[in-house]
Amino acid sequence: MSDTRDGGAKSQASHPLTAAEPEAIEAIRLRHPWRTVFATVIVIIAALFIYDAAVNRPVYSWDVVGQYLFDVRVVSAIGYTLQLTVYSMIIAILLGVALAVMRLSPNPVVRAVAWVYLWVFRGTPVYVQLVFWGLVPVIYKTIDMGIPFTEAMVSFTTKDFLNYFVLAIIGLALNEAAYMAEIVRAGLLSVDKGQDEAAVALGLGWWHTMTRVILPQAMRVIIPPTGNEVISMLKTTSLVTAVPFTLELYTRTRDIAAVTYKPVPMLIVASIWYLVITSILMVGQYYLEKHFAKGAGDRPDVQKPTVETDTVLVVGKGDASGARYPTYPNAGGGETIVPPHDRPGGGGA
Amino acid sequence: MSVADTPMVKAEAVSKSFGSNQVLKSITLEVQRGEVMCLVGPSGSGKSTFLRCINHLETVSAGRLAVDGVLVGYRQQGDKLYEMHPREAAKQRRDIGMVFQRFNLFPHMTALENVMLAPTLLKKGGKADLKRRAMELLTRVGLADRHDYYPAHLSGGQQQRVAIARALAMEPKLMLFDEPTSALDPELVGEVLEVMQGLAESGMTMIVVTHEMGFARQVADQLVFMDGGVVVEAGDPTEVLSNPQRERTKAFLSKVL
Repeated sequence: MSDTRDGGAKSQASHPLTAAEPEAIEAIRLRHPWRTVFATVIVIIAALFIYDAAVNRPVYSWDVVGQYLFDVRVVSAIGYTLQLTVYSMIIAILLGVALAVMRLSPNPVVRAVAWVYLWVFRGTPVYVQLVFWGLVPVIYKTIDMGIPFTEAMVSFTTKDFLNYFVLAIIGLALNEAAYMAEIVRAGLLSVDKGQDEAAVALGLGWWHTMTRVILPQAMRVIIPPTGNEVISMLKTTSLVTAVPFTLELYTRTRDIAAVTYKPVPMLIVASIWYLVITSILMVGQYYLEKHFAKGAGDRPDVQKPTVETDTVLVVGKGDASGARYPTYPNAGGGETIVPPHDRPGGGGA
Repeated sequence: MSVADTPMVKAEAVSKSFGSNQVLKSITLEVQRGEVMCLVGPSGSGKSTFLRCINHLETVSAGRLAVDGVLVGYRQQGDKLYEMHPREAAKQRRDIGMVFQRFNLFPHMTALENVMLAPTLLKKGGKADLKRRAMELLTRVGLADRHDYYPAHLSGGQQQRVAIARALAMEPKLMLFDEPTSALDPELVGEVLEVMQGLAESGMTMIVVTHEMGFARQVADQLVFMDGGVVVEAGDPTEVLSNPQRERTKAFLSKVL
């Protein structure tokens, strides 16, 4: 140790492992004047826009925005929008998982059913689908259960249990399920096949393999696009007026505007609330992603030792003979085990 | 049922084809209780496929393959064979442990959770009891102090040792190793072979597909050399390795020894 210090710079260079920290580089920073100019211009434009919106545009009527932001009708509309989002997403995710599994099924009929479902629900606009769902109680006035072509045993009047709120949820969920199915399928396919084999080799059945091994790993791939879909769904709820369900945020604010003759401030009210909810959802997604990243965080090279492997006593390691590879004591003379590629003539083959 | 003199694995004219490609051609061999058999041969010789047939990861296309006197994947009634329900096949696999070349540990679980998963799901005992047993197994492979590490934070050798502990957790009567050291850095091979040797000495019946001829020579009771889907040569490892009878065996061994 003291050798190195006494030897000075020259000996330090020849012993890189014991060398002192090299001096930090002190250089004149490279200037980027155009960055500053560009940033300044953008800030000025933004400031002008905000000033203009606040002062010169009476049509924004900020006082009306403030007046209606916490209006009881608006707040209850937020409740409906959230319910539509949450209920339809839950149904869509469950149905999406089922459809994804169906698409990977060995049964061709099951696969075809899933494919046709995707084809129809992804291939038509959600607005058109919502109008259709609104017409369901008219097209199917009663739902009869019993043996086909005979008198119905039980008969429901569709209107009694399918109100517009329920129809809106069904419409949104069934459309969304088609997209969720593809997201879930991508997630399932992203899991290494060896995982499935390892679980099967342990004697686990399909259900345990799926729910304990495959899906938890697929979640890492599934969650980011699903977060996207939740945010997208929040905004798509503004289309349920097509059903027609009219109590959610956008339709409600539009209806208020129709009375006050001030459409712009009500649009701002709706936008503010959509933004607030989206922001909250983004925070939720962050924590969900963190949860499912378990065991996958800052991943070092898997093949390399990252910690001392001294817990197993490797026989022959400390041998005076200096053998690089472990030997087995029970063999006569402690033969060294050498990996094939280290042996003479073993490299090429 | 399982009489002491029934061989643990009995293969009679086992064949396997993938489409028109026949990868196993009439393999006949026996592994006795407590015996260690090493399967060696060039890649593509069918040794891994044969191993995978034993726990029904692949289905045999012709011949008979039995573990502990019971047919693998099929039920025999009279002279008719009935395909097994996946549930029965899963039950059969629980008695057969398997270790893979690429470890295949579950990355979202710690070492301990990996070992405990199957016994917990299949309700092999109380939680505390299972945990104690899992810790014993990790101690046996020298990794008790790494029990709360995720696989990504373990070296390849440590991961493979956890994988061995995981397979042992189901208390199998037969262990299959599919090139367990082929994906490891040379300096990590020894610690895995060490664990496997200990297992062999404890009387476990093992079938090991490997390229480690030193291990085969010292631990195996039987060495089988396969090429092109057939057993070219089989017998006492020292005998086969030092005095191969067939030209094909000689050519292969001259390259790996």
